[in-house]
Amino acid sequence: MTVGLFIPCYIDQFYPNAAIATLTLLKKLGVNVVYPPKQTCCGQPMANSGFEHLTQGCNDLFTDNFAEFDYIVSPSGSCVLHIKDHLHAQGKKEEAIQIRKKIYELTEFLTDVLKVEKLTASFPHKVGLHQSCHGQRGLMLAQMTELVDRPYSKPMQLLNMVEGLELVKLNRPDECCGFGGTFCVAEEAVSVKMGKDRVADHLLNGAEYITAADMSCLMHMEGILRRQKSKVKVIHIAEILNAEAPVAATGTTAANSNKPLNA
Amino acid sequence: MGTGTKDHAQLSDVFNEDEARVNWHDETLWFVRAKRDKAAHNIPEWEMLREIASQIKDNVLSDLHSYLLEFEANAQENGITVHWAADGEEHNRIVRQILKENGVDRIVKSKSMLTEECHLNEYLQQHDIEVIDTDLGERIVQLAEEPPSHIVLPCIHKKKEEIGELFHEHLGTPEGMSDPVFLTAAARVHLREKFITRRAAITGVNFAVAETGEFVVCTNEGNADMGAHLADVHIACMGIEKLVPQRKHLSVFLRLLARSATGQPITTYSSHFKKPRPRQTMHIVLVDNGRTKQLGRPDFRNSLKCIRCGACMNTCPVYRRSGGHSYHTAIAGPIGSILAPNLDMKQYADLPFASTLCGSCTNVCPVKINIHEQLYKWRQVIVKEGHADPAKSIAMKAMEFTLSSPSVYKIAGKTGRMVMKYAPFMVNNKLNLWYNQREMPEPPKQSFGEWYKQQDFSKEKTN
Repeated sequence: MTVGLFIPCYIDQFYPNAAIATLTLLKKLGVNVVYPPKQTCCGQPMANSGFEHLTQGCNDLFTDNFAEFDYIVSPSGSCVLHIKDHLHAQGKKEEAIQIRKKIYELTEFLTDVLKVEKLTASFPHKVGLHQSCHGQRGLMLAQMTELVDRPYSKPMQLLNMVEGLELVKLNRPDECCGFGGTFCVAEEAVSVKMGKDRVADHLLNGAEYITAADMSCLMHMEGILRRQKSKVKVIHIAEILNAEAPVAATGTTAANSNKPLNA
Repeated sequence: MGTGTKDHAQLSDVFNEDEARVNWHDETLWFVRAKRDKAAHNIPEWEMLREIASQIKDNVLSDLHSYLLEFEANAQENGITVHWAADGEEHNRIVRQILKENGVDRIVKSKSMLTEECHLNEYLQQHDIEVIDTDLGERIVQLAEEPPSHIVLPCIHKKKEEIGELFHEHLGTPEGMSDPVFLTAAARVHLREKFITRRAAITGVNFAVAETGEFVVCTNEGNADMGAHLADVHIACMGIEKLVPQRKHLSVFLRLLARSATGQPITTYSSHFKKPRPRQTMHIVLVDNGRTKQLGRPDFRNSLKCIRCGACMNTCPVYRRSGGHSYHTAIAGPIGSILAPNLDMKQYADLPFASTLCGSCTNVCPVKINIHEQLYKWRQVIVKEGHADPAKSIAMKAMEFTLSSPSVYKIAGKTGRMVMKYAPFMVNNKLNLWYNQREMPEPPKQSFGEWYKQQDFSKEKTN
């Protein structure tokens, strides 16, 4: 089995540690992972702004980059959902359909394909899990509070395998953070207010870290936390699932970003 | 509506100037959402009910023509006069004509979002007909000369102290009195006189039954009944999508409506009107006003399944933090944002963008309208029809150019990170709407792509 690693543009540029952790974690679990170097973006920023007709270049490029793999895995629920729902390639219709079926967000790939039951990770901190909407309501990574159905959560299932990690309970477990792509600047006032409220819920309940399966929500909340000069940090779920016990944390760059707060 | 030419984002800016008030608005509506959750979770078959309701409404929309004719014939047989209105203007004219024929120039009206949509109050007032809204929330916004900000809770944006001031000014209650029980009692006295003296009453319609020609009006205050039972003329105004095929189908919708709206098991009054009393006349005005046009849009037709419960507003994190008036249309929130562009795409071009596409609206919708997917689709239509901001179009084309080419993307990424690192003033200024209230991400030395290229994975063992 060969997995094509899809690293969304903003993670590539701003959050390489989340990508490195994803790669390292998958390798640690024995997966053969390849990163196609010519990848850029899934096209979602344009499509969600009403310019889906401008995404053909991104679609064709994505199809060329990823058609050959058995699975495609990405540390971003939102970008994965976009590909699943909207990938159309001009000359390679069938390849695009196949990609839409074999692309997975990282946590669902771990729980549903690899069927991971234990991890060697250690992260002795209080962590708040932000349920990113596209992952949760779009990819159904976790049960949604609106629905009357059995509870489950793929990200939580994995976090519970991490030694020392304590999940904090939130007052509103699955409210949107207000990032919303271009919404974050087009509707600045509401976006910021939503972000402040989401962050406040985590702070109120004692989180030291806020994690999520989507870096974009975390980027938005990080911007707010840093403006507030808060000590609370955001961290991608891959970095937690890949975090070694402190004594062993000498090797990878990813582990370095998991230093305790007071370090 | 007094909002001028401001769009949702600009009106939300104004709403967010008072953060404490935004918190209060958010928490008040979140409380309603929480009540809805509790009520829904008390019904184990909740999701099945939603599915059945959705299918019943799909069935109605698939054969609306026949159901409407069946309803008309049965209503006429019951002694009700049925009128057809192609648009809001015709609806208003019909109502005025009925009042004129009966020599009535003062009426009471219970809650009807359709009459808001048609701007009936303004029209009748321009023709010297006095309208008293009898729903308490609607009466309050009427006194304040504002439109409702929510379809179920019209004055949810008003604090009780503000209502006290309004009542002091208009109803003569003592100054500074804001006790809800006292204010409600004052409103009751005020409205009772109107009910007794007005000879015509307008009501909305929640459900109309094709099989029997009857219609059902749901209220918590009994004001629809007070108006209709005392008046010589009862005019019921309804959108043509309000039909259900048979009376038994009400058992599904009445269980869903109030639970979704407020978390109550059922509205206090679910009143069935089938035929006029002796010496009373009863009229139904069936209104299209863009509905058949929406029916002809395959991507958007199922928005007509809406039963106006308001659950999507209560759950919407954007609505809760921007207020109903920021949507500058009669029906606010997520559902309003997919209905309004059908009526006027240019005027409401901003609304489908007033969402993060979080999808919570779709999940609470009792008739399973895929609201957030329709918001996405409206965005595509609005841009294609040429209603996008020109600056945004240029930005999107630049983005397309960069992201379609791996080499341009790499250079742009590197340059961007360098600018952020060495010339942050280029990025961190007040023109940057991200930076106003949020820090920019700290640019790393290397992108992941650059890091990956430097690694030597040749010694790794793979399976």
